[in-house]
Amino acid sequence: MNKVPGTIKLGLLRGQMEIIQFSRQKEAVVFTIFFPVILLAIFGSVFKDSLDSSTGVTFSQYFVAGMIASGLVNTGFQNIAINIPLERDMGAIKRLRGTPLPITSYFIGKAISVFASMAVQVLILLIIGAAFFGLNMPTEPSKWFTFTWILILGTASSTALGVAFSSVPKNGRGAAAIVSPVVIILQFFSGVFFVFTQLPGWMQQVAAIFPLKWLTQGMRSVFLPDSFAAQEVAQSWESGRTAIILLLWLIVGLFLAVKTFRWENK
Amino acid sequence: MKVIEVKGLVKSYGDFTAVAGIDLAIEAGEIFALLGPNGAGKTTTVEILAGFRSADSGTVSVLGFDPATKGDAGRAWRNRIGIVLQTASDSGSFKVHEIVKHFSNFYANPRDVDQVIEAVGLTAKRDSLVLELSGGQRRRLDVALGIIGNPELLFLDEPTTGFDPEARRAFWSLIRDLKAGGTTILLTTHYLDEAEELADRVAVITAGKIIEISTPALLGGRSTAKATVSWMGPGGNQSEESNNPTAVVAKLAAQFSDDIPELTITRPSLEDIYLKMIGRHHE
Repeated sequence: MNKVPGTIKLGLLRGQMEIIQFSRQKEAVVFTIFFPVILLAIFGSVFKDSLDSSTGVTFSQYFVAGMIASGLVNTGFQNIAINIPLERDMGAIKRLRGTPLPITSYFIGKAISVFASMAVQVLILLIIGAAFFGLNMPTEPSKWFTFTWILILGTASSTALGVAFSSVPKNGRGAAAIVSPVVIILQFFSGVFFVFTQLPGWMQQVAAIFPLKWLTQGMRSVFLPDSFAAQEVAQSWESGRTAIILLLWLIVGLFLAVKTFRWENK
Repeated sequence: MKVIEVKGLVKSYGDFTAVAGIDLAIEAGEIFALLGPNGAGKTTTVEILAGFRSADSGTVSVLGFDPATKGDAGRAWRNRIGIVLQTASDSGSFKVHEIVKHFSNFYANPRDVDQVIEAVGLTAKRDSLVLELSGGQRRRLDVALGIIGNPELLFLDEPTTGFDPEARRAFWSLIRDLKAGGTTILLTTHYLDEAEELADRVAVITAGKIIEISTPALLGGRSTAKATVSWMGPGGNQSEESNNPTAVVAKLAAQFSDDIPELTITRPSLEDIYLKMIGRHHE
């Protein structure tokens, strides 16, 4: 008898199906992709001044970093933590559970779809930002390298934490009400909508525990000039620390995801 | 060869005992029906055998494995079984052939995708989205996803609930084809005609216990049950139960010396037997 197909191969196939499924939900596609652009338009129109006279950084420039970072949290953590309970309600996960598909392949498929959706979101955000809101693209290859690893690590940890958190809602109906506030509060605390260093100290300290603060800071290190690093809390981009904290959250997320994953609602 | 062997299976949810000590042995190649009212413990039993739930006590062997087996051995075991659970509403945004093809990738030796779609009668709906299917078509897609892996053993939990009579007949013939191909089938149903039509053996289950295992023809002493002869006598309806209804009719014919008014001879249907069994158990 032949062996059942490998976990990675099946993970890629799951990713393909997740992307097909997502792309056929037209409203979700439009909302997910254009929501960051709409926010950029609103905030970019409200805050027109430069944040800082010495570096000349505009709020749009600052905000794009926050939008990409919170896109990772919205697309990974939020969408997944809301969608898995819905999938449970519909019997989708129970059906997969009855096949030889490894649960790891299911997780890989989720991560792939988050990454694909992020790639499209970021591309559109950057194009529209550059065309209409004076967004400056980084030119150094090292910045794009940072951009890439933050995007990959951010996708992985956000997806893992989304799967882990999907065990919290009892069913699909209540999921959005439980998951969304967590994300919105984190966005305010993590310097997505405001300049992080202008937030109260306790808020900064709470935010520093969670990944979003580090994702936004990491994205600032890509989109803002290095001279701006002096204005961060630690007077540095703290890239090494960002990588470590995101990795730690990835490990915690994976551990909780595997430990708490359920194939049907309670 | 025993495909399924269960001894002393017990499963409770809190104070409610769903399965209260079940013994079962199912042979390779047979269609075995678990027949019982809603809440009798049919689904819980199937979900334990299919590896979805753990038993509180008792031993379970399915294709020689404990269904709780994890890891690579668990995957190899699932490669050999097919499961059609009760109603699901997932995968709406996929086309029929896309989802069947996708599931075929999970198995070592899958069946041909288009042949399976043909076998469940969905060829005309091959390119339709799953959410456009009718209830009966959806159920047949469930079966397609259950058999795409070419299983040795197929679990069917109330497969024809909500079918119209024609769809049910088509479904039955599909199940017979699977049996002819050597698949062992464990079916739950609360339809007696379905059990009678399909099953080699039937277990009647109520309140978590099996009260009889038999062939449909012999269930509840059906083959030896007395026939009822009834007719219109001078004083109204009369009836007599007898092991020899011919003799009763001969006696009546002599009495009436003409046509016996409103003569009928009935034997208990499977339904009568079943209801008597369930009723006796509840008393």
